[in-house]
Amino acid sequence: MTVVAMADRSKGVAPAAGTAREGGAAAGGRADITPITPALAARPGPGLGERMRERLAEGLRVLAAMLLPPAAGLALLIGLWHLGTADGGGIPSPARTWDAALALFADPFYREGPNDQGIGWNVLASLERVGIGFGIAALVGIPAGFLLGRFALLAQMLNPIISLLRPVSPLAWLPIGLLVFQRADPAATWTIFICSIWPMILNTAQGVTRVPQDYLNVARVLNLSEWKVFTRILFPAVLPYMLTGIRLSIGTAWLVIVAAEMLTGGVGIGFWVWDEWNNLKVEHIIIAIFVIGIVGLILEQMLMLVARRFSYENR
Amino acid sequence: MTKKIVQIENVGQCFDTKKGRFVALRDVSLDIHEGESIALIGHSGCGKSTLLNLIAGLTRPSSGVMLCGGREIAGPGPERAVVFQNHSLLPWLTCFDNVYLAVERVFAAKEGKASLKRRTHEALELVGLAHAETKFPHEISGGMKQRVGIARALSMQPRILLMDEPFGALDALTRANLQDELMKILAATQATMVMVTHDVDEAVLLSDRVVMLTNGPAATIGEILDVRIERPRDRLALAHDAHFGECRAAIMEFLYHKQLKRAA
Repeated sequence: MTVVAMADRSKGVAPAAGTAREGGAAAGGRADITPITPALAARPGPGLGERMRERLAEGLRVLAAMLLPPAAGLALLIGLWHLGTADGGGIPSPARTWDAALALFADPFYREGPNDQGIGWNVLASLERVGIGFGIAALVGIPAGFLLGRFALLAQMLNPIISLLRPVSPLAWLPIGLLVFQRADPAATWTIFICSIWPMILNTAQGVTRVPQDYLNVARVLNLSEWKVFTRILFPAVLPYMLTGIRLSIGTAWLVIVAAEMLTGGVGIGFWVWDEWNNLKVEHIIIAIFVIGIVGLILEQMLMLVARRFSYENR
Repeated sequence: MTKKIVQIENVGQCFDTKKGRFVALRDVSLDIHEGESIALIGHSGCGKSTLLNLIAGLTRPSSGVMLCGGREIAGPGPERAVVFQNHSLLPWLTCFDNVYLAVERVFAAKEGKASLKRRTHEALELVGLAHAETKFPHEISGGMKQRVGIARALSMQPRILLMDEPFGALDALTRANLQDELMKILAATQATMVMVTHDVDEAVLLSDRVVMLTNGPAATIGEILDVRIERPRDRLALAHDAHFGECRAAIMEFLYHKQLKRAA
């Protein structure tokens, strides 16, 4: 039974549609469904191997349709880059950059003193700062968002302050961090903390105020305890909003860390870019741009995956 | 009719709006007896849902007294279970967990986990959904969701079941189906029910008394109709029943003649 149904789906649809169209044309648009059945019944089901091959071909077609346009875009970019750098100049050509990248990634984790480490260490150092700053921001920002969303008075008190501080570039907070912590590393982390906390507070608070009244009525009718209201209704309802906040925060944090590290120095991808500029290794800067982009993309995609797992609205 | 479960005496409900005081209900007095089924019917905006929310305890009356089991209604309570129009199931919980949430609240203090699970299972079985326990609300049809809502309400073993247009969002066939099942469930559990509806047939079919509300603002009870039809009721047989026709006619007369509402 299942086999026949599957065969119909994979094989029978296209010719049936054709027949329907012909039939419709013949009958002047009336009763155009009737001719389908004999056409379907007359067609013998294809063998298992044939169907597998068709599935495979179909899958490859879909994959190709998905991958070809981005590949073409990338080729176009590299082509233009190649043309633009063909007659020398300061910007290295794609081929030179590629060679430099091969050399660089042959040993990404070497250590030759505090200021000369592999690109892998630099990326990891940046990720660590982002992780710590972002983690603390989440620990503070998400509960703060819940409080702001739950208690209107608190929101009225703090909203003007948040509105005032949010548009400030996080780098403006760097000197304060340097002053308070007296060291470069925690100052950079502090900058990450400041820039990632706002989206998390605001999105969580918005999520809390947008919990559907129906669900809260359920809570009241069932007379649920505050703890149950939080774990069974508030938290799941707010989770998608929270994840949006987290995604925005991570994005901003990864943007800001490069700039912060350029100012604070030490180990990190931002500092590394600045260091290579001082060494005039421009191809390394271009590699760093790609690395920063790819890491940012991976962070974003990972969180999108988590968000999709917990979104119940579109299911 | 025996004991009074809910007593409503001279209840009025006002809301303060930007345009001033809005009187939704006035001078509503009604006794609801044990085992009785009551339908609240009236034009939209007449305050029938307001009255149901008052009985549920979701809102407090501006004047008058509301008693449940001889005690004042001060807020929602498990003895008054509500079935919402839009089912209001929590989308992140399975059907089982949605019902379990209610069961746990009412019985966790006295019973063990196995007993709570059994109660949940029985409630879902009562509405014919034992097979869909592990499904999430988005995986089942509108009629099934409403059944889970009813199971959730019944699982609390309430003294009175309050239903706010429970079948309003369903198609006619599903609605008829659920009405029949609801009648069976009410007969089996001997539950008391108050249902808000705007469907004349539904009101007559399901209830012992039809409470007709006048048009708002300041709506009140216009007439109360006793439906004297033997239970169990069969919708096909009733189609030719003289008394059923009379009841329908009386409600229609009230709604479309005495309380004709200008098209909004």
